[in-house]
Amino acid sequence: MHIPDKPTLHPAKDPHTELADHHAVDKLNHGDAHGHDHGAGHASVKDYLIGFSLSVILTAIPFVLTMLKLMPTATLVPVILILGVIQIVVHLRYFLHMNSSSSQVWNNLAFIFTAIIVGILIIGSLWVMTHLNHNMAPGMMSGGGLG
Amino acid sequence: MSSPVAELHEDPVLRFLFGKLDISSVPWHDPIIMGAGAGMVGAAVLVLGLTTYFKLWPYVWKEWLTSVDHKKIGVMYIILALIMLLRGFADALMMRAQQALASAGGHGFLPPDHFDQIFTAHGVIMIFFVAMPFVIGLMNVIMPLQIGARDVAFPYLNSLSFWFTAAGAVLINVSLVVGEFAHTGWLAYAPLSGLQFSPGVGVDYYLWAIQISGIGTTLSGVNLIATIFKMRAPGMTLMRMPVFTWTTLAANILIVAAFPILTVTLALLGLDRYLGMHFFTNDGGGNAMMYVNLIWAWGHPEVYILVLPAFGIFSEIVATFCRKRLFGYDAMVYATMCIAILSFIVWLHHFFTMGAGANVNAFFGISTMIISIPTGVKVFNWLFTMYRGRVRLEVPMLWTMGFIITFVIGGATGVMLAIPGADFVLHNSVFLIAHFHNVIIGGVLFGCIAGLNYWFPKAFGFRLHSGIGKVSFWCWLIGFYVAFMPLYALGLMGMTRRLSHMDNPVWHVYLIVAACGALIIFAGIIAQIVQIGYSIWKRDELRDDSGDPWDGRTLEWATSSPPPFYNFAVTPAIGNHDAFWDAKQTGQAYIQPKSYEPIHMPRNTATGLLIGLASIPFGFALVWHIWWLAVVTLIGMIGLAILHTFNEDRDYYVQPDEIKAIEDARFAKLNTTTEA
Amino acid sequence: MSSTPVNPAENPVGAFKDQLKSAYDHNPNEAHDTHDHHHQDEEAKVTLGFWIYLMSDCLIFATLFATFAVLKDATAGGPNGRELFDLGFVAIETSLLLLSSLTFGLSMISMQNNKLNGVLGWLAVTGLLGLGFMGMEIYEFNHLIHEGAGPDRSAFLSAFFTLVGTHGLHVTSGLIWMGVMFVHLFRRGITPANRIRMMELSLFWHFLDIIWIGVFSIVYLMGAA
Repeated sequence: MHIPDKPTLHPAKDPHTELADHHAVDKLNHGDAHGHDHGAGHASVKDYLIGFSLSVILTAIPFVLTMLKLMPTATLVPVILILGVIQIVVHLRYFLHMNSSSSQVWNNLAFIFTAIIVGILIIGSLWVMTHLNHNMAPGMMSGGGLG
Repeated sequence: MSSPVAELHEDPVLRFLFGKLDISSVPWHDPIIMGAGAGMVGAAVLVLGLTTYFKLWPYVWKEWLTSVDHKKIGVMYIILALIMLLRGFADALMMRAQQALASAGGHGFLPPDHFDQIFTAHGVIMIFFVAMPFVIGLMNVIMPLQIGARDVAFPYLNSLSFWFTAAGAVLINVSLVVGEFAHTGWLAYAPLSGLQFSPGVGVDYYLWAIQISGIGTTLSGVNLIATIFKMRAPGMTLMRMPVFTWTTLAANILIVAAFPILTVTLALLGLDRYLGMHFFTNDGGGNAMMYVNLIWAWGHPEVYILVLPAFGIFSEIVATFCRKRLFGYDAMVYATMCIAILSFIVWLHHFFTMGAGANVNAFFGISTMIISIPTGVKVFNWLFTMYRGRVRLEVPMLWTMGFIITFVIGGATGVMLAIPGADFVLHNSVFLIAHFHNVIIGGVLFGCIAGLNYWFPKAFGFRLHSGIGKVSFWCWLIGFYVAFMPLYALGLMGMTRRLSHMDNPVWHVYLIVAACGALIIFAGIIAQIVQIGYSIWKRDELRDDSGDPWDGRTLEWATSSPPPFYNFAVTPAIGNHDAFWDAKQTGQAYIQPKSYEPIHMPRNTATGLLIGLASIPFGFALVWHIWWLAVVTLIGMIGLAILHTFNEDRDYYVQPDEIKAIEDARFAKLNTTTEA
Repeated sequence: MSSTPVNPAENPVGAFKDQLKSAYDHNPNEAHDTHDHHHQDEEAKVTLGFWIYLMSDCLIFATLFATFAVLKDATAGGPNGRELFDLGFVAIETSLLLLSSLTFGLSMISMQNNKLNGVLGWLAVTGLLGLGFMGMEIYEFNHLIHEGAGPDRSAFLSAFFTLVGTHGLHVTSGLIWMGVMFVHLFRRGITPANRIRMMELSLFWHFLDIIWIGVFSIVYLMGAA
C-alpha cells in the first residue's frame, strides 16, 4: 500500500504524478487484493477431488456410526459434532478456497467474527434457555412474569 | 370504540380478491385517526400536486427517485427520518397528554385500545423509521466523502435499500388508517403477539413493515462495509480513517451480524401466526421465553448500531470546533471496536427478571457494567479534546456539549439497571423509560441533529441559521430534562410503564411536569422546522462557496459544497487522519489540477425504486391475506431483480471536459470568496 | 459505440463514449490497463460484498439452529426425531448435495480453462443434482405432513420444518439463479461479468453445502442418536 511521505494532499492534486490517475491510485490502494486467487473458483481438479473424498469419508463415518448404533449416545453426539466441524473446515479449504493469503484477510476476519457471533448466539441461547426452563418451565406461562 | 377485528368475507370471490380486507377495516368513526389520516393524505396530495404543477417530475425522477448517488440517497433517508419524527413525536405528545389527564381521576381522551397502539407505534417508528434512517442517511452522505470514494461499493443496492426502508415506513402509515397497528409494545413480545391474543392485523403490519425495512438495512450494511474495505483513497490506512468512518464500520458490522437475528425472530413469529406453528405459543411445546431471548440478542446490538455513529459524529465535531486533533484517536478506535464486540454478550440484562437465576444474571450484569468502560474512555477523550482547546460554541458544538452531560447521566442510570438486584425493583417501570430516552435522545438524536447542522452545508452549499438552531437546541435540552427527570422519580415511586390510566394522585403533578417537558421539546421541533425553512429561504445569505464553512479537518470538506456528483475530480492521497487540515496547514489545499482523467461512474436505475414500490402491496397483501396479490408482487420483485442483471449499461465515464467545466466554476467561486 | 461524433449537449453519454475512445487512442496501453484493472477492482469488491452477505446469511441459520436446539425436545406428546427420521434417505440427500459441490467445482475449472461447454454441462449436472435434492426434501416434508407430523404438530416439528425448509428455500434460490446463469452464459459466453457471477454462485452453492453439514449432523444424526 502506497503511503505518501508527507501528510499532504498535494500529490493527488498534481496530474503529472502517477497518483493523478485514479486507476493507478486505486491500484496502489487495492494492490494487496489483486492476487489471482481471491474468492472461489481458481483451483485445481485435484483440490476438488481431495475435498470431495475427505467429505465423503467424514460424512460416511457419522452416518454409519449412528445407523448401526455402534456407540452409546453420550459418546456419539460429540463424535458427530467434531466430525461435522472438521468437514466444515474441509469444505472451507477445498471448495471455498479459504487460505491465509493476504488477499483474503478481510474474508477471513469476517469469517472469524461471524463464527464468534454464531458461537455466542447458539451457546448463549442454550445456556440462558436451560436456566430459564429450569427455573420457569413447568408453567411456561407468559414471557415477562416475575419469578 | 373497539378495534376492527378482521373477519374473512363470506363470499368466496370477495374472499379471494380482498382476503380479510373490507370497508369496515377503516375506523371511519374515530375522529383522531381520521383526522391524522386526512392530514397525511392531504400532505401527500399537496406534495404530489405541487410537483406536478411546477412540472418537477422529470427532475424528481432523474435526480432523486432513480438516483444511485450516495449523497442523494442519504438525503432521502434523512428526509424520511424527519417526516417520521413528526409522526412519532405526535404519538409521544398524545401519550404524555393522556397520562397527565388520566392520572387524577380523569379518563383522558384515548381509550386503552388506542393508547396501546400509540405506544407501540411510537417505539417502532422512533427506532426503525427515525433513528435508523437518520443514522444510515448521515453515513451515506458523509462516509464515502470521508474516505475519498466516488460512491458506495454497490450503488444500485444502495437505492434498493433505501426504497425498502421507505416501503416499510409507508406500510406503517397505512396501518394508521386501514386496520390497526400492534397493541403489543415495540418488541411485540410473544405470546401476546401470537394469534391467540392478537388476532387482528396489527401485529402483521408490525411484522411486514419491519421485515421489509430490515432487509433494506441489512443490504445497506453489506454495502457500506464493502465500501469502507475496498474504496478508500490511497494512503488511507485503517488507522487514518476519520472516527465517523470507523464508527460507521462498527455499526454496519453490527447491522450485518444482528439484523439476521431480528429477521428470523420475526419470521418465526410470522410462521406461528400464518401457518399455525408453535415456536412461541403457549401450547404445542412453544416457548415464549425464546422469543424474548432472540429479540434481545438483536435488540442490544441495535442500541449500539444507533449510538456508535452518533459517537463518531460528536468526535468529528469536537475536533473541528476545538481546532485540535481528537484526543486519543487510537483509544477511540479500540473503544469503538470493543463496544461492538461486547454489545453481543449483554442481551440478557433486558430480562433479568424472567428468572434465569443468579449465575446467568451475574454474568450478564457484569458484562453490562464492563461495556461502560470503553464508553467512559470516549467521554474522557471528548473532554480532553475540549480541554485547552479554543472551543467555538456553534450549534453542532452546543449539541455535543449537551450530549456529553446528558449521556453521562443516562449511562449512570444504565449502570444502575445493570445491577440485577436493582433491576428487579426498576424493571418495567418508567425509570427504565427515562433511562433509555436519556441515552437515545441524549445520544442518538442529539448526535443526528448535531450531524444535520454540521454537514448540512456540505450537502446543500448553505448553512442552517445558527440563531434558530440555538433556540431549537435549548428547547430540546431543557424540554428533555423537564420531560424525563420526573419519570426517574415516578419509576422509583413504583409507576410501571405503558399505563393508560392510573389512580395515584401523587403521580399527577410529575406527569403534568413531564407533559410540559414534551411541549417544550415540541417547541424545539418547531424551531427546527422553522430553521430549515428559513435557511432555505435565506439561502443566499447563508451560502458557503468555500466548501469548508467550519474550518474542517477531514476529507469531506476538501471538495465543494454540494459536492459534484463524482465527489472528487482527482482522487486525493491521504497521509493522515486529519488529511484536509494538514493540507490546509501546508498550503496544499485548494490547488486546481491542470488536467483531468475520465471518471468511472454508475448510471441511474429505476429498478430499486420499482422493487421498493412493489414491496408495499406485497406487505399489504400479506397483512390482509390477499394471497394472489402477494404472489403477483413477489414474482414481480424477483423478476425485476433478475431483469436488472441483464442490464449491461450500468456505468459510464465522465469526460474530462465536463469535469473541467465543473471544477473551473468551483475554483472561480473560490477565488472570488478569498479575494472578498 | 457510435461512429459519428455526438453533440454533448444532446447526448452526453454518446459524446462521452466518443471522447473516451479518443482518450484511449492517445494512450492505448494505459487504456487497456485501466479496463483490465477496473474489472479486477469490481471482482474484489463484489466478492467481498457477497462474502459479507453470506456471513449474514450464516447468522440467519445460526438463529434457526439455536431455536432448533432449544426446542428439539418440545415434542408436545408428538413424534420425536428418532421415530421420524430415515437416515438412509438423508444419506442419499446428503450425497446428492455433496456430489453437486464437486460438479460445481468442475464447472468452475472449465471456466478457468475458458471451456463454455464444460461450464454449461457441469452446471447442468449440478442443477439436476440440486433438483433431485429438492425433490427428495419435498417428498420427505409431504410424507411427514401426511403422517400427521406437520409443522403445526409441535414446537420441535415447527423448528425442524423451518430450519430444513429455510435451507431448501436457499437451494431453490440457487437453482433459480443457475437458470438465470444459463441464460447469461448462452447470451454472452464467458465474459468478465459472467465470471464474477459464477464465482458468487459457486460461493453460494458451497455455502449451502456447509449449512447442510450442520443440518444432517445436528438435526438428523443427533436427533436419531
